[in-house]
Amino acid sequence: MFEFCADPKSLEGFQWFACYLTSGKHMNMYWAFGTVLLLLAVTAPIAMLFGFFGAMAARSPFFALRLIGKGYTGMVRGVPDIVFFLFFVIALDQGIEYIMHLIRCPEWTEPVRNGLEFRVCPQAKVPLGNSAQWIHQFYGFMLAVLTFALVFGAFAANVLYGAMQAVPRAQLETAEAYGLSHAQVFRRVLVPQMWVYALPGLSNLWLILIKATPLLFLLGVQDIVYWARELGGAKTQAFDYPHPDWRLYYFLFLLVFYLGFTRVSEIVLNRISARLSKGQATAAGEAMRKAGI
Amino acid sequence: MKKLMSATALMALMAGGALAQQTVRMGTEGAYPPYNFINDNGQVDGFERELGDELCKRAELTCEWVTTDWDSIIPNLQSGNYDTIIAGMNINEERSKVISFTQNYTPPAPSAYVALSADADIEGGVIAAQVNTIQSGYIASSDATLLEFATPDETVAAVRNGEADAVFADKDYLVPIVNESNGQLVIVSDDVTLGGGVGMGLRQSDTELREKFDAAITSMKEDGTLNPLIIKWFGEDADVF
Repeated sequence: MFEFCADPKSLEGFQWFACYLTSGKHMNMYWAFGTVLLLLAVTAPIAMLFGFFGAMAARSPFFALRLIGKGYTGMVRGVPDIVFFLFFVIALDQGIEYIMHLIRCPEWTEPVRNGLEFRVCPQAKVPLGNSAQWIHQFYGFMLAVLTFALVFGAFAANVLYGAMQAVPRAQLETAEAYGLSHAQVFRRVLVPQMWVYALPGLSNLWLILIKATPLLFLLGVQDIVYWARELGGAKTQAFDYPHPDWRLYYFLFLLVFYLGFTRVSEIVLNRISARLSKGQATAAGEAMRKAGI
Repeated sequence: MKKLMSATALMALMAGGALAQQTVRMGTEGAYPPYNFINDNGQVDGFERELGDELCKRAELTCEWVTTDWDSIIPNLQSGNYDTIIAGMNINEERSKVISFTQNYTPPAPSAYVALSADADIEGGVIAAQVNTIQSGYIASSDATLLEFATPDETVAAVRNGEADAVFADKDYLVPIVNESNGQLVIVSDDVTLGGGVGMGLRQSDTELREKFDAAITSMKEDGTLNPLIIKWFGEDADVF
């Protein structure tokens, strides 16, 4: 990074730290912050989408749809996250490869499952064995996004389902009395009013999602907790920047990061909550009306 | 349309690559210096990096390095996330049941106990070892209490903060740590030699690839390039072939 970093062992004090904190390994850690934020930014809307359709399915008048909606939330909510992360990702990965195997290598005769081994033909590997490292990383990241979205979508589905039930029946009845169709009532009356009931539950989920990101390492994505452990561990002279066990400081830094991030989230969520309450037939909305906001 | 075209271009690129040299993904832990570690540039480095690159050159393979948790290193090999394990893994009977090994590329290496003082109780005390290693298996079958950790670094930290009486690990890994501890850590008692030396692990069905690496290791042993490599990374006192 800096010119004086050419010979790390001769450095001292400030210069040593300047070089140490800008080493390639530290850069990887800084990128990992980006990875975590990107994961959150991508996962949250997808999880909301899963949740929304899950809730719609659970309220559906059709039995089959209701079964899917309830089954989805029941299954995911009933299984510990970590088990789901370990099982689902492997199952999904092998499932994709097995389908590719059937398509690309119809004349392959060796068994795919051989004892504990799972072996498809080389052309069916996803991503292909010879593709660049970033493709492997991207694939791992997308698996992580999908898994997070499925797990958190199930919780969101339940929150949204509850919120849809909480909208006062009188509101819907009035809309029906004006001659609005079923879909119109849903779109124009139910959905705009349900958010205020859903927000406390959704904000909980968001905070839990932020804190669940260290599970990324289980999925092979090198996240900030992995790097903090790796960088903080004691380093011998085999490394350019030997130092004793500094994990405490690295984890302290993560603590500050997560606390800061959740605090910012809380402030934003409170603002959204105030906005959604305006003009609503709830206690908070009534209080705002009286205060003249 | 544009998306479709770039997707086709990508597919063509990948298919084109398949015709060239075979790509082998090398799985390692990246936390066990001097065998393998992640250097300050964020690259896999160490004895096995240098050895592995040389073996790939001799076997005419293109190699990519992948790091993974030690604990899941065998399951990930079996489910095909990479093709070899080259991670300071000793050849022993239990592992040979689930994966196959090349011949060993280091002689059977001694393991050692390291503690805060020379009179630490290594027979009945609490001994730290990394999970799923030959050392943890050895402690489990002895009278001492085994305390397992996911990474080698944590086993040494456990001795430093008094959680364990001693750590039991490969001597090659412990010696640099003891030397740089300013007398805080000492090696206790005699060495114990376990396992059949370090080899590369492969899926049992991958016999062709195993033969290639086996031949490459043989050629390195025969032309005398392996021993200097061992001495370079493990010091003058290291056992050689």
